[in-house]
Order: sequence, then structure tokens, then C-alpha cells
Amino acid sequence: MFQHVPFWPDSASTLSPYVDGLYIFLLLVSFAMTGLIFTMVGLFAVKFRKRPGVKAEQIEGSTLLELTWSIIPFGVMMIFFVWGALIYFKERTPPQNTAEVYVVAKQWMWKIEHMEGQREINELHVPVGRDVKLIMTSQDVIHSFYMPAFRIKQDVLPGRYTMEWFHATKPGTYHLFCAEYCGTQHSGMIGSIVVMQDRDYMAWMSGGGNQPLAVTGQKLFAELGCITCHRSDTQGRGPNLVGVFGKPVLLEDGRTVTADENYVRESILEPGAKIVKGFKPVMPTFQGQVTDEQLNALVAYVKSLNQSQSGQGVNATGMATATPQP
Amino acid sequence: MQTSPAAVAENHAHDNPALLHHFATEAQQKDAASLGMWLFLAQEVMFFGGMFCAYLVYRYKYFGDFGSASQQLNMWLGAVNTVVLICSSLTVVLAVRAAQLGKRMALVFWLVLTIFLGLVFLGIKADEYAEKFEKHHVPGARFSYHELLPGQEGKPAAEQQYANPRHAEMYFSLYFAMTGMHALHMIIGVGIFAYLAIMAYKGRYTPEYYTPVENSGLYWHFVDIVWIYLFPLLYLIDRHR
Amino acid sequence: MATAAVVETGERENYLNATYGLKSWLLTVDHKRIALLYLISITFFFFIGGFFALLIRLELLTPAGDLVQSDVYNKLFTMHGQVMIFFFLIPAVPAVLGNFLIPIMIGAKDLAFPKINLLSWYLYIIGGTLMIYTILAGGVDTGWTFYTPLSTEFLDTNVISAALAVFVAGFSSILTGLNFIVTIHRMRAPGMTWNRLPLFVWSHYATSIIQVLGTPVVAIAIVLVALERLLHLGIFNPALGGDPLLFQHLFWFYSHPAVYIMILPGMGIISEVVCCFSRKRIFGYKAMALALLGIAVIGFLVWAHHMFVAGISLYAALVFSLLTYFVGVPSAIKVFNWTATMYKGSITYQTPMLYAFAFIGLFTIGGLTGLFLASLGIDVHVTDTYFVVAHFHYVMVGGMVVAYLAGMHFWWPKISGRMYPEGWGKLAALLVFVGFNLTFFPQFILGYMGMPRRYHAYPPEFQVLNVLSTAGATVLAVGYLLPMVYFLWSMRYGPLAPANPWGAAGLEWQTSSPPPTFNFEDQPVVTWEAYNYDEIPDPEEDPGAN
Repeated sequence: MFQHVPFWPDSASTLSPYVDGLYIFLLLVSFAMTGLIFTMVGLFAVKFRKRPGVKAEQIEGSTLLELTWSIIPFGVMMIFFVWGALIYFKERTPPQNTAEVYVVAKQWMWKIEHMEGQREINELHVPVGRDVKLIMTSQDVIHSFYMPAFRIKQDVLPGRYTMEWFHATKPGTYHLFCAEYCGTQHSGMIGSIVVMQDRDYMAWMSGGGNQPLAVTGQKLFAELGCITCHRSDTQGRGPNLVGVFGKPVLLEDGRTVTADENYVRESILEPGAKIVKGFKPVMPTFQGQVTDEQLNALVAYVKSLNQSQSGQGVNATGMATATPQP
Repeated sequence: MQTSPAAVAENHAHDNPALLHHFATEAQQKDAASLGMWLFLAQEVMFFGGMFCAYLVYRYKYFGDFGSASQQLNMWLGAVNTVVLICSSLTVVLAVRAAQLGKRMALVFWLVLTIFLGLVFLGIKADEYAEKFEKHHVPGARFSYHELLPGQEGKPAAEQQYANPRHAEMYFSLYFAMTGMHALHMIIGVGIFAYLAIMAYKGRYTPEYYTPVENSGLYWHFVDIVWIYLFPLLYLIDRHR
Repeated sequence: MATAAVVETGERENYLNATYGLKSWLLTVDHKRIALLYLISITFFFFIGGFFALLIRLELLTPAGDLVQSDVYNKLFTMHGQVMIFFFLIPAVPAVLGNFLIPIMIGAKDLAFPKINLLSWYLYIIGGTLMIYTILAGGVDTGWTFYTPLSTEFLDTNVISAALAVFVAGFSSILTGLNFIVTIHRMRAPGMTWNRLPLFVWSHYATSIIQVLGTPVVAIAIVLVALERLLHLGIFNPALGGDPLLFQHLFWFYSHPAVYIMILPGMGIISEVVCCFSRKRIFGYKAMALALLGIAVIGFLVWAHHMFVAGISLYAALVFSLLTYFVGVPSAIKVFNWTATMYKGSITYQTPMLYAFAFIGLFTIGGLTGLFLASLGIDVHVTDTYFVVAHFHYVMVGGMVVAYLAGMHFWWPKISGRMYPEGWGKLAALLVFVGFNLTFFPQFILGYMGMPRRYHAYPPEFQVLNVLSTAGATVLAVGYLLPMVYFLWSMRYGPLAPANPWGAAGLEWQTSSPPPTFNFEDQPVVTWEAYNYDEIPDPEEDPGAN
């Protein structure tokens, strides 16, 4: 409905109408309130202007009025809060079985890698009508991946993964902006989201014999020697990683954590931070030896080891979470 | 022409040279100075609070590594410093008491003793800093750290776990920031007391007017309390392991 | 008691002519003279910050980044923000009008600590000098928010001097707040009870609490940033195990309450002006005073609403969104109460009142758009866009600067002993109102359309609204220049002001214009309630009464 309204952004995701709906409600209430105040002030300024012989009437106040115009606005504000919170829940809770795309931000470009292996710079091709989740990190400073047509943005941080997800509803090309000031070319760190019909997307995807990300990860897993300790039997000095992703992990110090993307990343870069119960702290760190892209491939590989298991779920923060064992 | 009670009090009170012109009575002046110092200390709490906040976050995040780094500090020197500071708070209280009783030389004596104890503290601190410098525990390019996590000593060598040097460096960054800021406040305090001692020697403070001594004492007690938090948080964590 | 000394020109002795010479000003401990020292300094920085804003708006006339290079543009918006916030908005009302008026309003001879007051000004000047140095040495481009690791590891501009400038200015602010709190507690004249305090005084009391408790936290945050830069510590650097969000929390813990430091004094001014030009007591005095305190307290609990997309947990976001709505209620109460004060009043339209009308309208819009931002679902879309830029300019410029101008016009006769030219005052107010709306209303639309902030170049579809905005900025600039000119003009050629030209309530109007050095000939004793407009004659009706 709002596609071609001037001074209104494109609306191209399932979320956009919800955000627009709340925005319009806020606009209506604001116009009404502004109109009310402007009218009252204007009316009083004219009606109660100084006239000869008429003195001002000293009015102390009215507790009833104070309560009225505290409680009613508060009630309206609570509507804003709840409505906004519900939308936010939706935004931060990716559905299960989304397509996943890894994003690495750096000054001043977006490096994108699809699970199937396609790499893009400053452009993201996605199929219409599918849930897509972005798993993002930065190589340097804080950036923010902003897609106005989808009404979402998420800061992209160095040293950890953050996520956002969307479900595009309309083919077309939409803005991608960096929305967290990141230095000289901050306003140049822009690009496009290209939403394609399924057919066109398949065609684009199959061009250029790329190696799936998980396969890249599998090769790295062997090259870096991970496979020597993380064997698929119980003889390895490191835990068997098959079926681990998304499940709870019991640690040496008694804590239980969920093996999500950030956990896997941390395990590679700072293995001493969380030791799995029953294992010794012998894993060396790979800090400085793997790039962010290689880390993404390794994470994708570990996730792929779940293929033979039941699917992983996601919790409210958008990170992978535990599901009961079958 | 006004002859309000306040105006009358004002006329008499201004015979006292220590009473500033914009105050009506000495009591008002003293009250104002006291409230001012308490407010100043409130903002100091917020100032140190930011660093304590950072410390808490990283202590939680890098639990073991902080324990390891903490054990690199000399607990006994820290304990001596704690006793030194507590004693200096006592000497400050005795100084205020001497001022209240009009005992000029006793006041000077206690102020000088406070300064001396403050300098002892700073001297011990300097020694500790020097040791950290020698052991390459000062954050920066020359930092190096290879120590066990707490509780690892009993294990066979192959199983011993070492602390993460980057996290230990975080501890030392906070250690130097917090104790450095504290030491800076102590140096300022010593300077203030030196000034007070000279003024006291000249007979500036009487039982009717010793506000600067009292308020500087408050400041010193605050600096002492900050140390009493710093000592266990920096020196005593994970000592039982 | 002291008689008024008559100087050769026939003019009464007052704080302006009591002593002469540069030393008598630079070493003064008279709160009124210190207020004027501040007035000159903050006006100077206002025009510097304004000049940067004009360059920004000029650049944004076209989509391409063609006026200045990207680096320069980034420095322009950074320094516009730093100068305007730390060297204009935060000190303006408290250090100029607050300093001048608070002792007089409570019937005291001076602030509790006059020398510390002077020290505050010198700290401000030192901070300001460091800021000027930063600008001349090539500028700084961190954004006024200094986010890490950009500011600590990835820029080679004058970050440390900018951080130090803000640090030193922060201590100026802390000491001012401390001075006000002690003064209001301990220096009130006999009969001036808490319930009789003008709301201008209450507003500064609330502001001072924030200044004293909040500023130290940003002080330590920027000290740590400076240390991190100098010594390559890793406190905020993920590459070394640090957390960039820790900086953001420490920074916003102050910087959100800071916006209340900016607006509360302005609200105090508006209460005084609305009452005077409606000839009425404020509607709901107690509610208004409590609302000021409520905003100050709740304002400390909402800081992470600046971080909804920064990577905080969903649950933290919910809590901060809810709390942010709580702080909206007292603000709304104030708008309703000012409006109600006008009901059955006897209203005149002098310049201060015109600015008050503007404030009520513009603060309403600014505040309402804050509700948009507090709503999580909306914020994710519009944060870091021009929507936020429009919101904060509505409250800070449409609110705070407008209130400041209202106050300057209202108390100008008291401060200078002269009347400003009323016709020019009205014209300037109109220009400010029109220019302001034209500058900033289009930015709401730009923000929702998706134009991010801090952008040097932008896609062409955003141009029309940007051009409108720049056009508005030029009108606004003229609106600001006019008072500069006619206030200066009035000091020489303006008609002499009587003690109470407006027939206003408040102790400051019971002493001469300008006041004598020690504020009152005799110690006042207060036996009347605040805003006793039932007892005060209107200015024209009874000229002899003033």
C-alpha cells in the first residue's frame, strides 16, 4: 500500500506493515495531542488576552486534573510500549529453519557470504518469500546493517556475532545503509538488497561454481588440525562436535551454556574460557590465525554436523538454543 | 530601614574576620561548607564508581584470570597500607579534636603525622608499582604474563592451566587506573594537609573556626574508604585457592 | 544601612559600575559578574557551534559530498555536537541566568561559594581553550559520543585533547551544581520557605542534582578512553578482551541525564514567564515542583534507550523502554499545567511570552517524538537516522534555546538596566520559530524514509527535504543574530529599565535594575507566597508602584 507514496519508505518485508501500523498510530495520537495543545494555547492566548478592567483569576490547581492528565497519557503510553514490545519480540525471534547468510563488516564495505558459497560485496541477493537470517560480525569498529525497506537494523560488533532476520515480500532493489558512524567513509558504506523471484534467485545462485560455506569449513577443520582432537568417536582429546550445535553444554566449572554461534567462535579464539566437563584444557588458541571469514566457515561447518540430528531451535535473542534430544 | 533579626545578627557576626560577607552567621557558613564537602564526596563516589563498575564486569567475565593476576600483588604490603591509612584517619580525627579544643601544637602534630602516614602509603605504593614494572606486569607493549590460574599448583605439570595473558592485562589496566586515581587523590590530600599544617601553625584555627580542618578530614576519610574497597577487590580475590 | 552611592553621571551604583578595570572582572567573586563572564563565553561558543552547523547544512544541499571532504565533514558534525552540548547547552541557563538570579531570587547576597563559582568559570575557559586547540589543531571526528573502538584505536585525530576539554568542562558543571544545591539549602532569606521558592529555583535544584551525580561518570569514561588511547589498554577494545558496550553504558549513564540538565532550567524559565505574562499564579505549583524532581530522578534510569540495537539483551531493552515511558509523564504534566496557567489569565504578548508559546508547542512535538523512539518496534527502524536528529533538536533547540531566549529577554532589563527594542524582539522570535520548524520538521520525514545520521553524502531521493532544511537553517541563523545585535545596541541606546518593568513576582524584581553589588539594600524578609500576582499591580496601570 505504501510502495509509491512520496516521502515514505518502500515496504518490502513482513515486518514493515506492523512497524508502519504502529508509526501511523503514533502519528495520529501525536497530531491529536499537538493539535490539542496548539489549539488550547492559541485559544487561551486570544480569549484571555489582557482587557481593561478584567483581572486574572488566581487558580491554585486541581488534583483531579493532575491525576487525569497523568493517568490517561500514561495509559496511552503503555499502549505504545506494549505494541512496540510485541513488534520487537517478533524482530528478535527468528523462525526456525531460516536461510543463513554471514556478513563481515569492515571499514568501509560489507562482505557477504551465503551458505551455498556465493560471495558478495555491498550487495545481498535474497529470494522473496523466505526467512533469511544474517549472522554478522565486524573486523574493526562498530557498524550497523540497516535496511529501511524492511524496517530493521542491528549494530555489527567486533569480537562477537549479532543477528537480524527478515522475510522479504516484494522483489526489487532496496537500500542497504551503514547506520553506526564508523569513520571517514561511513556514508559510502552503502549497498543494495536485491530481492528476487525464486526462479531468478536459483539462476543467480547456480552461476559460478562456488563451494558451500560448510565445505570450506570442513576443509579448514582438517587443515588447521582440529580434526586430530575433535574426532567423531569418543577417543579424541576434544569433544565430538556432531550434534553439538544448538544444544546445552555442561562445563567444567558447573555452568551450562548453549552452543550457539558465539560459543563456537569463542571456543576457537579463547578455548580456555569455557572447558567442557570431562575434558582437559589443552586446546590451543587460534587467535590471529583465522580471519573472520574463516571463522564463519568453521561455524557453518559445525552447524552442518547437525544435519543428521533433529533440527535446532532458536530462542528469543535469535541465537540457537537447545532442543530436547530425540 | 530593616531591623530584622537576621540583619541584627549579621551586624554582630561581621565582627569576626573569618566570617565571609555573604553569610549571615558563622553557623550558616559552617553548615554550607559541610554540605558542600558532602556533595563533593557524593560526586567522587560516582567518579570512582565508574571504574568499580568496569572492574565488576570484567571480574565476572574473566573470573579465573583475575584471580591469578590478583595473586601477583603483594598482599602483605597491601595490608600494611590498609593499616597505615586507617591510622591516618585516626590521626585526622585527633587533629580535628585538637582544633576543637584549641590546642594549636597538638593540631599541628596530628596534621604532620597524617601527612607522614600518607607519604608512607605512597612510598609503599611506589615500591609496588616498581615491582610490577620489573615483572613486566604494566599494561602496554612490554606486558608479559605467564602464571597459573588459582588452584592449579597441585596438579601435574601437563594438566596445569595457565591464565589468559590478555585478561590478566585487563586486570592490571584496571589495577593501575583505580589505584593510580586513588593515589592521585591521596597526593592532593597530602598537599591540602600540608597547607593546613602551615595555617594551623600560624594560629588560623580556633575552636570557633576549624571548618577547613574538619572538611579536609572528611575528604581524607573518603579516600581511606575507597582504599578499604580497593584492597579486598584487588588483593584478596581467590586467595583461598 | 548602606545608602545608594550616586556616581557623577547621576546613575546609581550597581554591580556593573561599582568597580572598573579588567582585573575587577577577571577576579570578581560577584555572582552577577561571573554570570556575564559566562554569557560572553557561551555566546562565543554558540556561534562557533552554529557556524559548524551552517557548513553542515550547506554540504547537505546536494546529495554528493562536494563542499568538503568526508574527513572534514565528520569533524564538522562531531565538533558541532561537542561545542553545542558541552560548551553551550549545559552551561547556558544555569551558569548565566542561574548564577545571576538564584541568590537574588532567594534573598541572598551571593552564592554559598563565590570563589568556587569563579573557579567554575575558569575551568570552563580552560576546557574551552582545549576545545579551540582541538579545532585549530585539525579537529576531531569521533562523533560527540566517542564510541569505542573507533575513538580509541581507529582514528588519528585530536581525540585526547577533545576528551580533556570535555572532562575539564564537566568539572565546571559539577562545581556549579554543587554551589547551587548548597545555596538553595542554606542561603534562603528569612521567610523564603521551600514552598515559596520560584520554580526557576526548583528547576535549578533538580538540575544540580543531576550535574553533581551524573557528570563524574562520563568524566571517568572519557578518562579511560584517553588512557586507552595513550597506553593501548584494552578496557573497551574487543581485540584485547574488552567490551565496547561497557563504554556505551558508562557514557550514556551521564549523557541521558545530561539532556535533563539542559531542559529543566529552561522549564523553570517558562514557568516564570508564563506566570508573569498571564498575571497568574502557576497552575499546580506542587505538581510542577515534583515533576521537576521526578524527571531528574527517573532520568537516571533510562540510559540504555540509546542502545536498543547496540547488542543489549531483549529483556534489558524491555525494561529501559518501559522506564523511558515513565519519564514522559512528568514532562506531559508540565505542558498541561503551563497551558492551564493561561486559562482565565490576563495575557500580553511581549517577546518573552512569544518564546514561551513557541516553547510549549515545540517541546510538545519534541517530547511526543521521544515517545516514538521509546517504542522498541519503531526505534529499531528510526534510531541512528534523521528522526533522532530531528527529535533532539526539537527539544534542545525548540525547547532549550527558545527558553533561553525567553529568559534572556525577560531578565535583560534586570541584568543590563536597559530595555531591548520590543519590535525587533518580536521579529526575531517569529524568525526563530519559522526557521526552526522549516529546518527540523523535514528531518522527521527523512528519518522515517531511512536517511541515516552523520552522512556526508546521500541518495538523491532525500534531496528535496534536505534543501528545505537548509533553507530553514538560514532563516534560523538570522533569527539568532538579531538578538545579538539589538542586545548590544540596547546597552548603549536602550531606554533605562525600571526595577520591575514587567510587574513580575519574585525578589529579583524588588531590587534595582541593575542590582547593587550585594543584591539588596536591606535583607529581605519574605511574607508572601510565590507568584503573588493577586497583589502585584499590572505594569501600565500603576507605573508608580514599580
